[in-house]
Amino acid sequence: MNFDLSDEQKMLAEQARGLLAERSPPARLRQLIGEGAELDAPLWRELGEMGFLGAAIAEAHGGLGLTALDLAVISLELGRANACLPFFSSVVLAGGALSACGSAAQQAAWLPGIASGEKIGTFAYAEGPADWRAALPATTFAATSGNEGRITGTKSPVADGGVAGFAVVLVNAGGAQAFALVDLDQPEVSRTRLDSFDQLRGHHAISFAGAKAELLAGDADTLARLLDQAAVQAAFEAVGGAQACLTMAREYALDRQIFGRSLASYQAIKHRLADIAVAIELALSNAYYAGWAAQNAPDELPAAAAAARLTALAAFKNAARENIQVHGGIGYTFEANCHFYYRRERTLALSLGGREVWADRLIAHSA
Amino acid sequence: MDFNDTPEEAAFRAEARAWLAAHAPAHALREGERLEDAEEARRGRAWQRALYDGGFAGITLPRELGGRGGTVIEAVVFHEEESRYNIPKGPYITIGLGMALHVLAHHGSPEQKARYCEPTLKGEMTWCQLFSEPSAGSDLANLRTKAAKEEGAREGDEWVVNGQKVWSSWAHHADWGLLVARHDPSLPKHKGLSFFLVDMKTPGVETRPIRQISGASDFNETFLTDVRIPDANRLGKVGDGWACCMTVLSSERIGSGSPREAVQEMVEYIRRTGRGADGGNALDSAANRVALAQALAEERGEKYLAARLRTMISRGEDPGAMAAMIKLAYAGRNQKMLGLGMEVRGLDALAAAPDAGDTLGLHYEYIWSTVMRIAGGADEVLRNQIAERVLGMPGDWRPDKNVPFDQL
Repeated sequence: MNFDLSDEQKMLAEQARGLLAERSPPARLRQLIGEGAELDAPLWRELGEMGFLGAAIAEAHGGLGLTALDLAVISLELGRANACLPFFSSVVLAGGALSACGSAAQQAAWLPGIASGEKIGTFAYAEGPADWRAALPATTFAATSGNEGRITGTKSPVADGGVAGFAVVLVNAGGAQAFALVDLDQPEVSRTRLDSFDQLRGHHAISFAGAKAELLAGDADTLARLLDQAAVQAAFEAVGGAQACLTMAREYALDRQIFGRSLASYQAIKHRLADIAVAIELALSNAYYAGWAAQNAPDELPAAAAAARLTALAAFKNAARENIQVHGGIGYTFEANCHFYYRRERTLALSLGGREVWADRLIAHSA
Repeated sequence: MDFNDTPEEAAFRAEARAWLAAHAPAHALREGERLEDAEEARRGRAWQRALYDGGFAGITLPRELGGRGGTVIEAVVFHEEESRYNIPKGPYITIGLGMALHVLAHHGSPEQKARYCEPTLKGEMTWCQLFSEPSAGSDLANLRTKAAKEEGAREGDEWVVNGQKVWSSWAHHADWGLLVARHDPSLPKHKGLSFFLVDMKTPGVETRPIRQISGASDFNETFLTDVRIPDANRLGKVGDGWACCMTVLSSERIGSGSPREAVQEMVEYIRRTGRGADGGNALDSAANRVALAQALAEERGEKYLAARLRTMISRGEDPGAMAAMIKLAYAGRNQKMLGLGMEVRGLDALAAAPDAGDTLGLHYEYIWSTVMRIAGGADEVLRNQIAERVLGMPGDWRPDKNVPFDQL
């Protein structure tokens, strides 16, 4: 047994962390928000050139052919930096769906672009407040010939829907859940930018009026597996965010003097941060196991992914809230960096189904 | 990252499994079997003897001390395999194997190692811990029990010990005690301490069981009145008491095994709790599922964090205060989960029928869960340790630091 990242994975993490700290510092995030940007385009290109976007894509399609755990190492660093990038939508979800159930032709057409960053995909599943897991989607796919057809309906909110060139859309195809691959740059597609709670991850409503689409070979089981895989990556992203919050809160507390001594010397602060540190380590341990299981023990993935997801989001939630609390009033200002994480935490907590959904998955799959 | 056994680990697992299959069933508890304390002690000693004869006692202890000289991972593997059998071992056994052997290995003289290690490994010598006092709990170094030499005594003469210890688990069954006492009150509190091995049958040692909130008496008060301890039973140098205590306590926190999966048992208990008209159960409630799933997820996190720490130890790295994280997480989560179990069960959990073993168990566990948050490092102490040693935050204000004990 060896329960630690490999030296190569640690190096990859260091590389990603260094690059993101340099290119995507808080000042850059504030600038992007000011510009109303939905994508840090130069950084995205750079990540593509360095191979980060294709880490888990097969070498035959221009990727590095690495494992889920390698990808997770990058997810964690993106969470720490809170970068304004569609990594989760494009690489994890759209790329994951194509790798899992795309035909050879579909993979050849889209995966190299995802790996290089030239193509951005997203996964369109929600339809307003309706429970997208319980019922068939209202968005329908009508076949025209073979796996080709047209889709009609509205998906909302769609993360990174403004910058994506294509989407994997969850549809009702003849009474069954299916994935439709849709080029978003066609006249039958219209997008409306929504007021996204997370200022560094844009959301859109996307309407399809008989838009050309083709089916992927996925069904409800594929969807469940895809969501498990994505939950693992989201858990790593959340752990990265939580670690950033803990670091920030700790540094601020060490720096701040109050009633004649360091704020960090009060047990009210020490104990709070100790609890966050514990929650982060539990979450990271679950995430490591889930990342390993994703590659090596598929039967154990559902429970492992759900546990990682639940503990990571619990840690991030607490860390994001208490980070502002430890900062006091300054934490409420745009110039402090706490708010990026306070908003991102909600994005992660609500995406792919909330706590109840993953609680049920864990109970159902726990031996 | 690899969760599979290496070839060496697989070979060890096969060896352990075969040996256990041949020897464990005769020692395991039968379905529903409950033991009185004395019988549990006897059975625990018998199993320890079997382990010794089979070469599985003290797996990580060096061979020259009678152990197997194996790795931390082998100890984990053995524990995993052993826990498939419900064998009564008793907490007194682990005080000897976990604490006494650990402190002997680090601080004992060759004579002391030769005298105590083998009988302890064989289960013939059991130990208790004489650390805490009425005014020395989390602040252990505040202890007042005195170890003095008689006037005119010379080096090598015996010590006379007077004082009172408390919370000494199973001291009433133990053969020997690990004692820390103050030899010099003119020194600052941590410096004036020395460590002794005391025969619990020595005149002047009196244990009185404490009536606990559980109704049981696992713990004792131990009164020491003019107890004479040969200088040969001093562990380490005079003044090494605190270092010895730290060695003992570090062994307390790095458990080699994973605890049983108690939350899953709770899930099943709640599934057996009927609700609604048509065969429904209490798991039909989303609120219950969410709370249980969070506990399940945290329990898994504790297990995998332990695996990470063991990986560190097996490489010779020191996980330090990270080991405290598991205990802190476990103790709080466990109490919360047990309380939840009672709430979900409803009024039925308040009054158990004599044959309702699961509900009776819940009563016991919920009471016992309070101990886990206090003993072996209270929640608050562990939070301080994590904040100071892992996060590098400042220590608390300590007016007692560097002040002679008798001037505090």
